[in-house]
Amino acid sequence: MTEWFHPAVIFIAGAFLVPFLRGKAQQAYILLLPALAIFAVYRMTAGDYWTCSFLGNQLVFGHVDKLSVVFAWVFTIAAFIGMVYALHIKDSGQHTAAFLYIGGSLGVTFAGDYFSLFVFWELMAFASAFLVFASRNAQAIAAGFRYLLVHIFGGVCLLGGIVLHVVETGSIAVGPLPQDGSLAFYLILVGFILNAAVPPLHAWLTDAYPEGTVTGAVFMSAFTTKTAVYVLVRVFPGTELLVWLGTIMALYGVVYAVLENDARRLLAYHIISQVGYMVAGVGVGTALSLNGSVSHAFAHILYKGLLFMGAGAVIMMTGKRKLTELGGLYQTMPITLCLYMVGGFAISAFPLFSGFVTKSMVVSGAAADHRPAVALLLTMASAGTFLHTGLKLPYYMFFGKDSGLRAKEPPLNMLIAMGLAAFLCIGIGVLPGPLYDLLPFSAEYHPYTGDHVTSALGILLFTGLGFFMLLKKLDPEPTVSADTDWFYRKGAKAFMWFANKPLAAYENYLTNIYNRWFGAGFMKIADFSSRIFDRHVVDGLVNGVAGFFMGLSGSLRRVQNGLVRSYAFVMLVGSMALIAFYLIAYQM
Amino acid sequence: MIARVVNYIGNPANSKQLKRLGYIALAIVVIADFFVERHHAHYIWDKIPGWGAFYGFVSCVAIILVSKFIGHQGGVMKKEDYYD
Repeated sequence: MTEWFHPAVIFIAGAFLVPFLRGKAQQAYILLLPALAIFAVYRMTAGDYWTCSFLGNQLVFGHVDKLSVVFAWVFTIAAFIGMVYALHIKDSGQHTAAFLYIGGSLGVTFAGDYFSLFVFWELMAFASAFLVFASRNAQAIAAGFRYLLVHIFGGVCLLGGIVLHVVETGSIAVGPLPQDGSLAFYLILVGFILNAAVPPLHAWLTDAYPEGTVTGAVFMSAFTTKTAVYVLVRVFPGTELLVWLGTIMALYGVVYAVLENDARRLLAYHIISQVGYMVAGVGVGTALSLNGSVSHAFAHILYKGLLFMGAGAVIMMTGKRKLTELGGLYQTMPITLCLYMVGGFAISAFPLFSGFVTKSMVVSGAAADHRPAVALLLTMASAGTFLHTGLKLPYYMFFGKDSGLRAKEPPLNMLIAMGLAAFLCIGIGVLPGPLYDLLPFSAEYHPYTGDHVTSALGILLFTGLGFFMLLKKLDPEPTVSADTDWFYRKGAKAFMWFANKPLAAYENYLTNIYNRWFGAGFMKIADFSSRIFDRHVVDGLVNGVAGFFMGLSGSLRRVQNGLVRSYAFVMLVGSMALIAFYLIAYQM
Repeated sequence: MIARVVNYIGNPANSKQLKRLGYIALAIVVIADFFVERHHAHYIWDKIPGWGAFYGFVSCVAIILVSKFIGHQGGVMKKEDYYD
C-alpha cells in the first residue's frame, strides 16, 4: 500500500487531532495537512487502489485516473489556500469541520464505487453545515438547518437511485450510466444536480453560503458544487437535458445577481452562473467541451475562492455585508481591492486571466457541436459576469458613494492567501499549458487567437460602457430576492400556521363535541354500570370465580404433594391425552 | 505603488481623464477587430468585425433592464424582513 495514499485519509484522520493543538502548533498543523495531501496527489499514478470486498461487492476507495487527479490537484490546492486564509481563526471546530468537508470531497473524487461515493457525499453535507452553524447567530443557524435538510433530501434521492441501479445492473462501479431514462438514472441525476445547484434545486447555495463564516464560505465556494461537476462528468457525459439546464443556469444566476444587495450572495449567484457553463459542457459531452468543464471547474475554484476571500475580508473588517451600506473603501483597502479585481478579471474571462483559457473552451465546445443558441446565450452570460463581479460589486464596495467606513487591510495571512490565488489565476491565464496537460480528454485547443482576443475584449469593454451608462439603474436596493427557497421557507411557515391555527382549532372543536356528546353519554353509562352492573353483576361474577378457584386449589393441593414422580406421571398422562386427542381429531 | 494607482482611479477629480482613456480603449478594441484573422469562425456573426462589441453592449443592457423588470414587476424583490 506504499505506492498510493488516499489524500482524504490525511484530512479526515488529521481533523481529529486539530482540537488538541493550540497556538503556533495548530497553525503549523493545519498548513501541514493540505501540503501533505498535495504531495500525495503529486505522487499518484493511474490505477485502482485500496479495494476491498463488502457484502459481496467490490469497494474501490482509490480509483485514480486523469479525471480524478485533476480535481484532486485543485481540491488540495484550494484546501491549502483556504487554510492560509483561515490561519488566524482560533475556533478549532471550524478547522475540523473544514478538514472533514475537504476529506469528503476527495473521498468522492477517488470513489470507484457508488457505496463509498455516497458515504463521502453525506460526510460533505454534514461537515459543511457546521461551517454555516459556526457563524453562531440565529439567521445562520436557521439557514444551516435548511441547507442540511435540502442536502439530506438530495442524499435520499441519490441513495434511492444507487439502490435501484445496483438492483437493475448488479454493478456498483461508478461510470457513465446508460441514457435509458430509468428511475435510477433520474434519481442519481437529481442527487447530483442538487449539489451542482441547478435551478430549481439551487436555493440552498444562495441561502446558506452568505451566512457561513468569512473563512468557511471560502471552502464552501470551492468544494460542493465542483465535486458535483466532477461526478456529472464521470457519470452523465452527453446528457442532453444538462445542456439546457446549464445554459438556463448561467443566465439565471446573472439575473438574480442584478437584484442582489448582499455582497457574498451576489457572488453565490455567480457560482450558479459559472457552474452553468460546466453543466452545459457536460451535457454537450464532446472531448473539447468535457475538457472545458473540467478546466473551468479548476479555474473557477481558484478565482471564486479569491472573490469570496476579498468580499470576506471587507465583511470582516467593516462588519457590513450589504452593498447599500458599503462604499469608498478604496482609500484604506487598496491591496484587497487589487487582489479582488484579479479574481474579477479571471471570472470575467479577460485575456491573460484564467477564465479566458477555460470558459472559452466550453463555449467553443458548444459552437463546434453546432449549438449556436447555447454558444450565444453563454456568451451573453459572460457579459453579465463581468457586469456584476468585475464592475458592480467592486464599484459599490470600494468606490461609489462614500460610506464613511475607514476599514484597515485584513490580517497578513488573509492577504497572502488571496495573493496565492491571484498568482494562480494569472499564471493559468498566461501559461495554460500545464493545466491543459492535466485535462483528461484529448482535444486540441488554442485560446490565444487574434479574433478570440479582440472579440472577448469587445464584449467585456462594451459591457463596461453599458454599465456606466446605466449606472443609476444598477444602484443596489435594500431588498431580498424571493427564490425557489420561498416554497420551503414560506411553505414551512404556512404549515406551522396551519398546525397552530386551523388544525388546533379543529382539534379543539372535536374535543368539545366529544366531551359534550360522547363524554357525557359515557359518564352516564359508567355511572349506571358502577351502581347496578358493577355491584351486582361484576362483583357477583368475581366472587363466584374466586369461590370456584378456591375450591379448585383446595383439590389441587392434594395433587401437589411435592413428589417429582407424581408430577412426571401427571405430565406423561397429560401429554399422551393431548397426542391422542390430536391423532383422533385430525384423522377424522 | 498599488495605493497610488488605486487612489488615482478613485479620485473624482480624475474621472474626466479616466473616461477619455476608456473611450480610447473601446475604439482600439473595435478597430483591432477589423484586422484579425478569422479562421476559426463557426458562425456568420463571428465573421462580422465589431460583433463582440455590439453583442457585449446589447447583452449588458438587456440583462440590466430585463432583470430589473423581473425584480420589480415580477415581485421577486421583497422587503428585507420578508422571511422574518
